[in-house]
Amino acid sequence: MEYGLKPLGRERFWVVFLLAPTLIGLAFGAIGSVLATIALSFMNWDLFTAPTWAGLKNYVALFTNPAFTKALFNTIKFSAVYVPGVVIASLFVAMLLNRPIRGRAFFRTLYFLPAVTSAVATALVWNMIYGKDTGLLNYLLELAGVQPVCWLCTQNIMFAVVIVNIWGAIGEGMIIFLAGLTAIPRDYYEAATVDGANGFQQFFRITLPLLTPSIFFLTLIATINAFQAYDYIYMLTRRGQGDSSFPVVVFSIYRNAWNFFNYGGASAQAIELAIIVALLMGFYFWLERRYVVYE
Amino acid sequence: MNKPFTSKRTSKWISDLVTYILLIAGAAIMTLPFLWMVSTSFKLPANQYSKVIIPNPATLNNFRELFSVQINFPQLFYNSFLISFLVTVGQLLTCSMAAFVFAAVRFRFRNLLFILLLITLMIPTQVTLIPNFILFKYLHLIGTKLPLILPAFWGGAFGTFLLRQYFLTIPRDFLDAARVDGASLVQIYWRIYLPLAKPALAALAIFSFYGAWNDLLHPLVYLPSVPNTTLTVGLAFFQQQMVQGGKFTVLMAGALISILPLVLVFFFAQKQFIEGIALSGLKR
Repeated sequence: MEYGLKPLGRERFWVVFLLAPTLIGLAFGAIGSVLATIALSFMNWDLFTAPTWAGLKNYVALFTNPAFTKALFNTIKFSAVYVPGVVIASLFVAMLLNRPIRGRAFFRTLYFLPAVTSAVATALVWNMIYGKDTGLLNYLLELAGVQPVCWLCTQNIMFAVVIVNIWGAIGEGMIIFLAGLTAIPRDYYEAATVDGANGFQQFFRITLPLLTPSIFFLTLIATINAFQAYDYIYMLTRRGQGDSSFPVVVFSIYRNAWNFFNYGGASAQAIELAIIVALLMGFYFWLERRYVVYE
Repeated sequence: MNKPFTSKRTSKWISDLVTYILLIAGAAIMTLPFLWMVSTSFKLPANQYSKVIIPNPATLNNFRELFSVQINFPQLFYNSFLISFLVTVGQLLTCSMAAFVFAAVRFRFRNLLFILLLITLMIPTQVTLIPNFILFKYLHLIGTKLPLILPAFWGGAFGTFLLRQYFLTIPRDFLDAARVDGASLVQIYWRIYLPLAKPALAALAIFSFYGAWNDLLHPLVYLPSVPNTTLTVGLAFFQQQMVQGGKFTVLMAGALISILPLVLVFFFAQKQFIEGIALSGLKR
């Protein structure tokens, strides 16, 4: 498919000019950075003294250093709950908002609000809501006769953090699904109704299969976001000495590089993160070819 | 004939009712943190944990305290605004330049280059953060706003993709007609493509501004100390102080002011938000 204009003579210069920022970004910002991070991951460097060759030391640490393995385990646990959570919750909200009822635009605005506000600002409120003795959630639970729960303690922290992250992501997911839902032709449902299919059958036989492109796209975005989730987790799990009650890989990268000056170890963790995300993307695209329905 | 009609109407009525109950319950969860933020920001510090939604007595002192020398909220606000504004300018300019070339100009390696650009979408920011930090450290730019602004001027996969998709919907005849009239590539870009792509540019402007305004990780790395930093880092920093000092109310006032401008813009520019997300998601 060849489309577009052929540049004439001196216009080739302008093509290069228009592309230049992007080419610089690709060369330095993206490819160069990735290569540099790979190189750094094989070194010991604190940025004060000269770097030394570390060989595979940093990669061995990924599997042997308990802080590193814990961070990876937490990230995987978090993603495994967060990604399906976002997809299902957003689909549920979108299905409700897709019905011809009054006030749809109003509800859509309310559900989208967390998506436009900074995680830092809203996490401050969530801290107040989750507080054990003074928190709003325990106050409401107490009214219902439930014993106070320590939401931000180790046994519940992942649950608490996942809830807030899903809360913040529903808005975007909902919009993606609403766009997907409007693209499904109405006559499919009319034909199904004539054939006597009930609501559940219509959902599983028509809506869900035809929404697979949206599900695929949101799963992709949610996965990338899950492995980079930082703001809410940083704000909700920070403890006195700068450590975290739920350290994820991104937190560990930050702490290793900027608190412990272990740039080599942090780089190895960044590469670990990138490899896992790349493998998951490959897996998703394989699934896409088998299961996603494009009209 | 009459009976099934009535039962169908009844079932429609019941399912509408259930929809409303679920939507209202959901909306309560989605908005409660915001209501609580507003409510707490008007409470006296002594009443910071009170569970009433209407503050009694109500006070504006929390907002006044934001202007104190220690907190210096106006400075944080200005920093966030300046960085977000320049990031937006950089993204609009450089992404639209590249997007125009990818959408309207034929050249060798175009598809290869575009695919390469799309692949970079999947690189986690953490991977580029460490070498970028080292680069900026050697350029003695840590502690300045430049490391947060400059990268916005070397394009970006997301913005380029978004604008290219929109540019592709501009009819081919426009290009040919402009060519016949003797317009150069740059004129076509500036006079035809940019004005026609206003909705997509608005969407990208919103995404860029919000992304920069709400970013925490990058300012934490490049501008770690108050007050020469952004609102997000400032709020995170004050969290520990304020909680110990029993002034959650001041913190809530700060949080409220930090989100207010963007929430207001969102109420007026909802269409751009929603179309922008749909635009990036649907057209592949």
